[in-house]
Amino acid sequence: MSTPKVLELDRATVRRARSHAARLGKPVVELATSHTTVSVERATLRLAGLSGADHERVPWVNHLVDAVRDQVGIEHGVTTPIWDALRRDEAPDLLTLAQKASSGSVNFRIPEQRGEATRARRAAMAAVRPGIRRIDRQRAARDRQIARLGDPKQRPWIYLIVATGDIFEDIPQAQAAAREGADIIAVIRSTGQSLLDYVPEGATREGFAGTYATQENFRLMRAALDEVGKELGRYIRLVNYASGLCMPEIAALAGLERLDMMLNDSMYGILFRDINPIRTFVDQRFSRQVHARAGIIINTGEDNYLTTADAVEAAHTVTVSQLMNEYFGKEAGLEDWQLGLGHAFEINPDLPESFRLELAHALLARHLFPDAPLKWMPPTKHMTGDIFKGHLLDGFFNLAGAMTGQSILLVGMMTEAVVTPFLSDRDLALQNVRYVLNSAGGLVEDFHPPRDGFIQTRARHVLDEAITLMDEMSARTPTRGWSPLLEAIADGTFGHMKRPADQGKGLEGVARKADDYDNPATTLLEEGR
Amino acid sequence: MSNTAGGGHVSSTPTPGERSGTQGSVVRPYGDMTGDGMIQVSFTLPVPHDKRAEGAALQLAGKMGMSPALLVHAKAMGPEHTFFVVYGSVTHLVELDKVEVLERDFPLLSAKEINTTIKKTLRRPLVVVGACIGTDAHTVGIDAILNIKGFAGEKGLEYYSEVQVVNLGAQVLVPELVERAREEQADAVLVSQVVTQRDAHIHNTTAMSAAFREAYPAGAVPILIAGGPRFEEGSAKALGVDRIFGKGTTPSEVASYLIHAVAQRHGAATRQQPAKEQQ
Repeated sequence: MSTPKVLELDRATVRRARSHAARLGKPVVELATSHTTVSVERATLRLAGLSGADHERVPWVNHLVDAVRDQVGIEHGVTTPIWDALRRDEAPDLLTLAQKASSGSVNFRIPEQRGEATRARRAAMAAVRPGIRRIDRQRAARDRQIARLGDPKQRPWIYLIVATGDIFEDIPQAQAAAREGADIIAVIRSTGQSLLDYVPEGATREGFAGTYATQENFRLMRAALDEVGKELGRYIRLVNYASGLCMPEIAALAGLERLDMMLNDSMYGILFRDINPIRTFVDQRFSRQVHARAGIIINTGEDNYLTTADAVEAAHTVTVSQLMNEYFGKEAGLEDWQLGLGHAFEINPDLPESFRLELAHALLARHLFPDAPLKWMPPTKHMTGDIFKGHLLDGFFNLAGAMTGQSILLVGMMTEAVVTPFLSDRDLALQNVRYVLNSAGGLVEDFHPPRDGFIQTRARHVLDEAITLMDEMSARTPTRGWSPLLEAIADGTFGHMKRPADQGKGLEGVARKADDYDNPATTLLEEGR
Repeated sequence: MSNTAGGGHVSSTPTPGERSGTQGSVVRPYGDMTGDGMIQVSFTLPVPHDKRAEGAALQLAGKMGMSPALLVHAKAMGPEHTFFVVYGSVTHLVELDKVEVLERDFPLLSAKEINTTIKKTLRRPLVVVGACIGTDAHTVGIDAILNIKGFAGEKGLEYYSEVQVVNLGAQVLVPELVERAREEQADAVLVSQVVTQRDAHIHNTTAMSAAFREAYPAGAVPILIAGGPRFEEGSAKALGVDRIFGKGTTPSEVASYLIHAVAQRHGAATRQQPAKEQQ
């Protein structure tokens, strides 16, 4: 990703932007480290190998965490009371304990004697460690396959979506998409899964506008893409969504089943799903720690702001969000190559110079984050059903991606906002991408917008606006006693949506950590053991 | 294209009067000449690309009324499918006087018009309570209509300054919905039903409307609206709701309907009042 520094951004200004983001982010990280959630605790139990569900498809991890929460709370971490119960022979193993707990026949306690607590913690650590080891082995397996098969020959990598609702339909479609040239396959989730406070179990065939994210579905699709990757001689990456109320658990499952990229935005769930901000930041930090360990690339969702706000007026909010995502991501241990920061081609095509504005915005992201695998997302808001115009717009989107050295290109379909793409629509879209990359893929080398010209000026302007916005956020006197970022989110700064930190879904699953909080997964992830 | 496949070959060539397009009510598609009947279609057949596939495409074009049909593009889409583009003249005639249109029975208003109408008729914000009821967790429909993000490039009802939206989200129980509607003094209640397994959408909606009729005095029930992709058009009465909205409904359609319905009720109420006083 050697992008020439054609924007000539002032280094001090860029540094200032980053320090502003850090200043806004720091109190939120403190909030995240001082709280836990039911989903973080469930993810920990999944890493300890607890899976499966009862006859009503309620997962055992939910039963067990609920039982502990009802009796002793989750503020000490659930592992200490659980492994204490196991040591007291309340049940012979974790699954049986969960089953017994679901009928209310287990007594949990916080061990009072120091020795007892230490032994319970040690046992919990021993149980969680194999899960982390399995994530490590999956990462090594990915590295081996990439070494053997290789990465895509071209940049950007081509990212395609499949979504039938039925994993057994998704598999042949995903394999066909890979054969047609896709490097990355995203399996869209069923509508509404983000608001389920549990992860469904098993292979599923009945999703809505998408397929449920389950461990078994992950495993099936991973195997199918490994198979087609071998056939094609290139590693096919698999994407899913670590978002919503079960973000940490999905992240854990993704690590265990070797997914390669996960959509994981710091604010999407807050803004677009009305999930409580604190729940989101706590869940997000844990899930990013897992992603960091698993070698997973996160994809952030800045494209979404531009579907509600104007892509020109709100361009700087994208930059602010990218900077925040970078700050939170790095704090959680992600490296530059794992930060698939998002941005999108959403400027109204009727606006004069819209393409030049797009180039300026795309270059700004490229220059601010030179080593991040930026994800470039196609037009959706101004796709009107005029498929011919849409196809042209997608061509310009592809061209902007090629000219500005984007890393991951989500293939735009002319049927956007019309129908689920036909087989032929996908083929035409890929032809569009191939034509642009073949004919102009090297243009990034020649494209040097003139000094102080339209593009340089616009990019600088957006960066300045971003810094001003962060300045304003920091300077504002908190009216509710929250940190500046939470205040700004409550005031509707992002995507025009007001989301106060004391409202939203999933708040009841958040707890402030007690002094004796323990979580062996966090310990292993933070200490790199 | 007109050189190779003109409308002249077709048996049902329109009369000069029809060609001019000013007299008769019969028209044909317009390629580059009045009456040439030219159209263009593209489609995929699940057959490998060869001579037979191209013949198959022409056969389909013929059955669609394209005569003569001109296969201008054929391309393999993987080993088992072929994509075609066909131009040709259709033999079908369009009889304009037989076109039936289901007209919307309320005018479509802009956001500004909606806000001013609310101010004028209600003199307070219009309160809308929305939810996915029963086990339905698919908030995509209700969110598209209510959330500011909206749908199809249109902002949702939250965006309207004179509409106060309370979106209760997924899996809301009917009693909870009724209670919230009373608490908020809702003018309208919107429920979304996406899941249709075992007719859940019908059962849930009828249960909901019955609960509202029970909880409110007659005539005071909020405007009840059900939305979802699988409701039958015209089934509003049977479900006990005021209106059904189907797939593709935009927020402004719902808002325009609400204004229409509220104005009707409001008008009816103000007309009735003097009558009561006289009794």
